[in-house]
Parts: sequence; C-alpha cells; structure tokens
Amino acid sequence: MAAQGAIIEMPKSGNLDPSQEARGDGEETTAQGLQPASAESSDHPGNTDQPAETAKSFQLANLLQSEHLVRWSIRIAALAVGVLAWHWATTANLNFYINFENVPEPLKVWNAFVAQISGTEFYIHILVSMQRIIIGYAFAVAIGIGLGLIMGRSKLANDILMPYIEILRPIPAVAWIPLAILMWPTEEASIIYITFLGALFPIILNTMHGVEQTPEVLIRAARSLGARQTQIFRHVVLPAALPSIATGLAVGMGVSWFSLLAGEIISGQYGIGYFTWNAYSLINYPDIVVGMLCIGLLGTGSTYAVRLATRPFLKWQEKAR
Amino acid sequence: MLGLVKPMPQPTEETPRARNHRASEGHVEIQNVSITFGKGSKQHTAVTETSLDIPPGEFVCILGPSGCGKSTLLNSVAGYVTPTTGSVTIDGEEIKSPGPDRGMVFQQYSLFPWKTVKENVAFGPNILGRGKTVADSTAQTFIEMVGLAKFANRYPAELSGGMQQRVGIARALANYPRVLLMDEPFGALDSQTRLMMQESLLKIWTEFGITVLFVTHDIDEAVFLGDRVLVMSAGPGKIIADIKIDLPRPRSPDIALDDDFMRLKKLCHDKIRAESLKAFEQQNA
Ligand SMILES: Nc1ncnc2c1ncn2[C@@H]1O[C@H](COP(=O)(O)OP(=O)(O)O)[C@@H](O)[C@H]1O
Ligand SMILES: [Mg+2]
Repeated sequence: MAAQGAIIEMPKSGNLDPSQEARGDGEETTAQGLQPASAESSDHPGNTDQPAETAKSFQLANLLQSEHLVRWSIRIAALAVGVLAWHWATTANLNFYINFENVPEPLKVWNAFVAQISGTEFYIHILVSMQRIIIGYAFAVAIGIGLGLIMGRSKLANDILMPYIEILRPIPAVAWIPLAILMWPTEEASIIYITFLGALFPIILNTMHGVEQTPEVLIRAARSLGARQTQIFRHVVLPAALPSIATGLAVGMGVSWFSLLAGEIISGQYGIGYFTWNAYSLINYPDIVVGMLCIGLLGTGSTYAVRLATRPFLKWQEKAR
Repeated sequence: MLGLVKPMPQPTEETPRARNHRASEGHVEIQNVSITFGKGSKQHTAVTETSLDIPPGEFVCILGPSGCGKSTLLNSVAGYVTPTTGSVTIDGEEIKSPGPDRGMVFQQYSLFPWKTVKENVAFGPNILGRGKTVADSTAQTFIEMVGLAKFANRYPAELSGGMQQRVGIARALANYPRVLLMDEPFGALDSQTRLMMQESLLKIWTEFGITVLFVTHDIDEAVFLGDRVLVMSAGPGKIIADIKIDLPRPRSPDIALDDDFMRLKKLCHDKIRAESLKAFEQQNA
C-alpha cells in the first residue's frame, strides 16, 4: 500500500462522467457493449435485448477460470523465485554493497515462525497491534468520513480545514511520536493517536473528492423529482461518493499499519512492531523477519477485509464493467 | 399498458387518453423573459425578451442551433435558472425552483447508477412520501409503459443508451407532472434508436395528454414530434418563428416522405438559415 502520496485514487467512475455531452459517443461509453447496439431497432425492446449468449458466456467462464489459474500460478512462482534468491544470497553470504551476511536464511525464518506460533506471546503481540488498529481506524473512519462529507459540500468548511490538512498531512508518523507522547496521558493513547492520524487523511481527502465529483445532472434530476437538500445528500451525494470513500478506507487502512509500526517501535511493550524491533535488540535475527512478514500479511489482510466490507455498497459499479 | 395506477387525484378521472385541449393542467406562460449570466464585462445574455403561451397538452418543440439558449429557456421553466426579467408561470403559479410538478429528461444519462431501474422510477413517489407500496406499483406501471418490464431489476449501466433514456422518461412521469421538459433527450442516440424513441414518445404522450416542451437541434425531429415548432436564434437567444405543425396524428415515420412534412421542414430550415446568414454577416461586418 502506497504511502500518503498515492492518496487520491480516482474512483472507477462507471458512467458517472458528467462530461458525456458529446453526441454519439455517450452511447458507447455508457452501454459498454453490454447490449448489442442493434437491440434498439426493434419495436419491442423487451424481447430482443435479452442477452441470449448463454453458451458463449459459459465458455467465457471456463476461459476466465483457466486464465485465473495461470495468473495465480505465475504469482506463486514469482514468490518462490524470490524466496530462492533470498536463500541463495544468504547461504552464499553475498556482500556486494548490500550485505546479506547477517540476514537470516528462509529456513531459519520458517523455523522461528513455527516456534513463535506454537507459543502464546506472539499472539498477544498481534492482538495488541490489531486492537490499536481497530480503535485508531474506527475513529479515523468516523471523523474522516464526517469531515470529508462536510468539506466536500461546504466551501467554508473546506477553507477552514484545508490549511490544517495541507500542513499536517505530509508529517510522517515517526515525526509525531515525541509530541504524541508528551500530549497523551498514556503511551497506549499516543500510539493509537498516531495510528488514527495515519488513516485519517486518506479518508478525509478521498471522501471530499468523492462528494465533489457528484455529477451535477444527478443533483438536478433529484431536485426536479422533489428531493430536498437532506434527501439529495442521502440519495445522491453519498452514494456518488461511495466508490471514492471505499478507496480512502482501503488506503487509510494501509497507512494506519504504517503509522502503528512507527509508534510501536519507539514505545510500548507489546505489539508486532515492538516484537520486530525487540528481536533486533536481542540479536534474534530470524524473528526480525518473522515480525516483518507478519506485518506485511496483517496489512494486506486488513486492507483486503476493508475492500470486502465495502464491496456490497458498490455492487452497482461492478455491473458497469 | 393501460389502466395506469393513479395514486394521486392529479390530472383527470378520465382514461389516460385524455389529451390535448381536454387536459386541464400544464398551461405554461412565459412573459418577457430575459436571462443574463455573469456580471460586468463577463455579462452574457442567453435569452432575450421571450414570451410564449403553451396551452395544456400541447407538444412544443424548441428548435435551434447549439448555443442559442434553448437549454437556458427550458431551465427557466424547470426552475434551475431564474429569469433576470419577466416571469414563468404554470397554471398561473410562478416558478421559483425545480419541483415534482415538472418532469425533466436530460440529454446526458442522468439515472442514478446505484439504483436499479425500478428504484430510479420509484424515486420520485418515494421522495414525495407516497409510501412504498404506491411507489412500487407506480414504478411498475411506468416501466411497463416504456416497455422495460424485464429490466426492472437491472442497473442503468446494464442498459443501452436508448433504454436508459426510456427509464428517464418513466422516472419523470412517475410523479404525474403537469409538464414534461425534455432537453435534447435523444441527442446522444444513434439515428435508428432515435427514430424508435420518437415514436414511442408520441405514444406515451398520446396516452398521457401532458404538455411537452422538447428541445432539439434536429429539424426532422422537431417537425415529426411537435404540434408547434418554435425556431430560436442566437445572439441573444430569441424565438424568431412559431410554426404550427398541422400534420395528422397519429404520426408514423413514413410521414417524413409526405409533401406537407417536406414543406414544414423547409420552412424551419429557411428560418434558421436566414438567421445564420444574418449572424454570419454581422460577424464579418
Ligand atoms: N450557467 C451559465 N453561466 C454562464 N453562461 C451560460 C450558462 N448556461 C448557459 N450559458 C451560455 O448561454 C448560452 C446559451 O446556452 P444554452 O442555453 O446551453 O444553449 P443551447 O441549449 O441552445 O445549446 C451559451 O452561450 C452558454 O455559454
Ligand atoms: Mg442545450
């Protein structure tokens, strides 16, 4: 997951594009070839527009499945190559500017991993980290979406808050640590605060952009159908912003892991970041890598979980493809 | 198709056949309307000194080249634009903002992409607090009317452009508006689809007897659809001709080969051409 630079991924905006004024090409852009173009030329479109291509789509499903298989094989093979290269570099004690002499071998890491998961302490580290993520992230979601919605709708709110965001956003989590420790009553609170900050900005900015991108014509349509401001917000602005909000939530989850680790390395007695750094202090090198890989997996897993959780709200968008 | 569920005591108790001058609502009056955008040196007058009287149930086409102010004029009836001077009234009530008594169909696809066809059409009745049962049955009725019953549970992105516009028409009608406002609704469709849509629009209108203001830059379309074609010219926008289309109804596409059709088409054409020439000469003076 990229850092804060990659925050504003544009939502895949299906047919949200308000600039489809151009005659002729609007048809293509929106229908996306899902329906045969000739479907309209019948008097009874209900009868002809049926996608009568069951056989074809069945073949297509098979093809997709086998393509799926191939792609996954490639991915796994790529990982295997990486592990082999790592194995080779460490056993050959490669020291060519980058020094592999002290890097633990894959097998030692595996053994260390097995040893850790047979104990209980490792799980405590993971649980403590996850708890911090959940609390920090939950606050970031609530506040981030709230502020983003307000900033997207109100120029005044935008003008008031944007300077703060512009100044605070580039400050990396590590730089916050000293002040966070001074500000918050407990170490725990300061770590959660840093986690929260990491997730906050991507969520605010993506939500705001989603709101701003709401096509004007949809708001007009809602108004002519009798919708008032609050109804427009609920039925038009919010759903229009959802794809972008979902992106913000996923990016925010990645960044919050990022920040959490920074916090845990400097302070605390538990947490997967602490575990990793502590392994270095104890000269227990295989555990460093165990910790690192664990962080990677947890980060990816939780980002994926966020994507899964937001997917039901974006069902309509999948249909556009 | 028939037996429309009418949850509101709106138009008449007659069958939807009630048409044209028998309809009692939807009398649009535009009086001395001028619309100017911007301030100071950026000031731009899009519509100037325009007056119109459209009786209930009439199908009126506003025809003119792009940029001449057709949308602006229509938007003043829709309530999106407030006239700088003059007034727009429907059945004597002055228009101040958009409202469900005027159904709007846009050129761009304007369905809510996150709502199914049925949810889109039910949106108006739901918003107006008609209750879910009424909203659903109203939506069903109008979806059937535009021939898309099989697609009620699809999302807009799964439909072709023409189908989406039909849903747009159904959605606009589901509030039983007094006036249907259409801004180049078929402008983005291919010519085959457009012809089909014109025909089915006429059928719907015949059933409904609603006042229609239809903006287009296509002469054939204007003459085929309208009871009346208002030719607009640019710089600043005004109506330069009010042409009565006395072709018989119901009309089928064959009518385009009739002499009367040709004559009316030529009339519109000449009016537009004379204006364009004038504008052209002014630019080069
Ligand atoms: N909101 C607006 N602000 C400023 N100028 C506008 C606005 N809407 C339309 N115009 C201008 O008014 C003129 C008429 O526009 P429009 O009514 O959209 O023309 P048409 O629909 O006939 O193509 C154009 O020159 C356009 O640039
Ligand atoms: Mg226009």
